[in-house]
Formats: sequence, structure tokens, C-alpha cells
Amino acid sequence: MDILNLEGAEDTPKIILDKKNGIFEISGRSLPEDSAEFYRPVLEWIEAYQASPNATTEFVFKLEYFNTASSKLILDVLSALEDVKGIKVIWCFHEDDEDMEEAGEEFSELVEIPFEFKTY
Amino acid sequence: MNYIYDLHRTMMEQKLILVYEGDFTQETTKSILAMAERNLDSSAEESSTKRKVFNVMVEALQNIVKHSSEQGLKAGSLISKSAIFMISKTDSHYCVMTGNPIPKNHKEGLIDTLNLLNSKDKDGLKEMYKEIIKNSQISDKGGAGLGFVDMARKSGEKLEFLFAEMNEEYDFFCLKVNVPRDKE
Repeated sequence: MDILNLEGAEDTPKIILDKKNGIFEISGRSLPEDSAEFYRPVLEWIEAYQASPNATTEFVFKLEYFNTASSKLILDVLSALEDVKGIKVIWCFHEDDEDMEEAGEEFSELVEIPFEFKTY
Repeated sequence: MNYIYDLHRTMMEQKLILVYEGDFTQETTKSILAMAERNLDSSAEESSTKRKVFNVMVEALQNIVKHSSEQGLKAGSLISKSAIFMISKTDSHYCVMTGNPIPKNHKEGLIDTLNLLNSKDKDGLKEMYKEIIKNSQISDKGGAGLGFVDMARKSGEKLEFLFAEMNEEYDFFCLKVNVPRDKE
């Protein structure tokens, strides 16, 4: 399966989805002009991955900031991950960033996926 | 040329640290955010306050970008370019303020939305956020319908707003979002 590798920018997150090496991570800032367009390849990649996932998948979110349009798409990504067997979400937030912690908790209440919370 | 000094004095009196008037795009949004961020960093603000201000700025700016593109198509560049964005800083608060033209027939819906938000407490806003994010679709304009809810949550205070009469078709929608400064 192809690796999805998007370089981060000041308004878009860095994304690596690499089945072979077991790396699944979205990090940085997400406030793209068109969030639906930006996250489309991510959703397509996950859809393809659902057919033959690794035995376990740890999907890491390490976001510093995301806007509300991105939050809707992050929920779409999480919903797509619900159909991946052996999925676990690692939600990382800066130790003094209560808003990012709360955002993770809210997402965890909206989908049926185990969440693990980590500070950095 | 007196207006130069007048404008300067107004900015000092109102404790404005940044004012932008003109065309709003994703590119200008990024530039404004970078400028405001440098300002926040140089004043050694608490990181939680910084994050909240940044958050409110993004939603406020992207609201204008979305609306001015829509209005611009309808009304030509005069309307789309006549928006304003500013930030003030007092001892107790940062205030993110925006002003942009909206068609008069949008006014009532906007007032209802803002009054509804202002009637909710912290938990009420959280419920509203979750309800909208679950059920909404991203609009053609790229919005999730969550911008005002998010601004209200990050602010923790009531959203202040006012409509100034522009002409028979448009009102100038003024919004002020107060973000308390954390002092530890």
C-alpha cells in the first residue's frame, strides 16, 4: 500500500500514513482554507486500509491547533477508523493545553474507538 | 491630514494592537495570524491565553473570508473588501473584533444564533458543539457551522454584537469576542 506523506505547512498538518512501518500520524496545525479537500486523500487512504489493516493500528493525533472546519473532518477520519480492526487512537496534547485535552475527550465520546491520552 | 493623528489616537485610546482593513483571504489570514502571534509571544503572555486568542482569531478571520467571498460574488468587490479586523489588549482582556457587511435578510438569523449562544453556559455550549459536529455537513463555503460556538467556548464570556446601518440592502455586522487574560 502506498505511503501517504504530506509535509506540514503553517496552516496544514503533517501527515504520515505508512502501513509497512506501522506509522499513522497527524501532527501540527490544521486550519486549511478548504478542510474537506485537504482531508479527502486521508479519508481515501483509510478506506483502502480498512480492507487489509495491520493486526493493530495505533493512530496518533498530535495537534497543536485545529479550526472548527478541521474538527468536523477529524471526526470523519475517526469515524472511518471505527471500521479498522485493532484500532487505537493515541491523542497527544501539550501538558498545559487543557482545550486540546478536552477536544480529545469529546472526540472519544463521539466514536467507538479506544483512546489513549498522552502529554508531551 | 489630521486623520492620521486621529486614527493613531483612537488606536491608543482603544488599546488596539492590530488593525487590518481590506481584502480577506486565506493568505491575509495567515499573515495577520503571524503578526498577532509575534505580538503575543513578545509580550510573554500565558500560553493558555495565547492559544485561546489564536483560536478565536482564526474562526473570526475565516468567517469573514467565507462571507466576503460569498458577498463579493453578489455585490462586487466594494462589499467584499470593506471588512475590518482588530485586536485590543487591556490589563484584563484581549478582544478580537470584526466588522463586515451582511445582507439585511441574514440579520435576524444571526441575532437568533448569537442570542442562543449567549444563553448557554459552559456545558450547554459543549453539548451544542457536539450536537452540531455530529449532524452537520461542511457547507460549500467550507464552514462547519461551529465558528461562533467555538468562539463562545474559548471566550467564556458573552459575544458582543451590533448592527450598523449601511444602506437599504446591507448592515455592517460588528462582533466583539473577549478573551480574559490568565494571570498566574
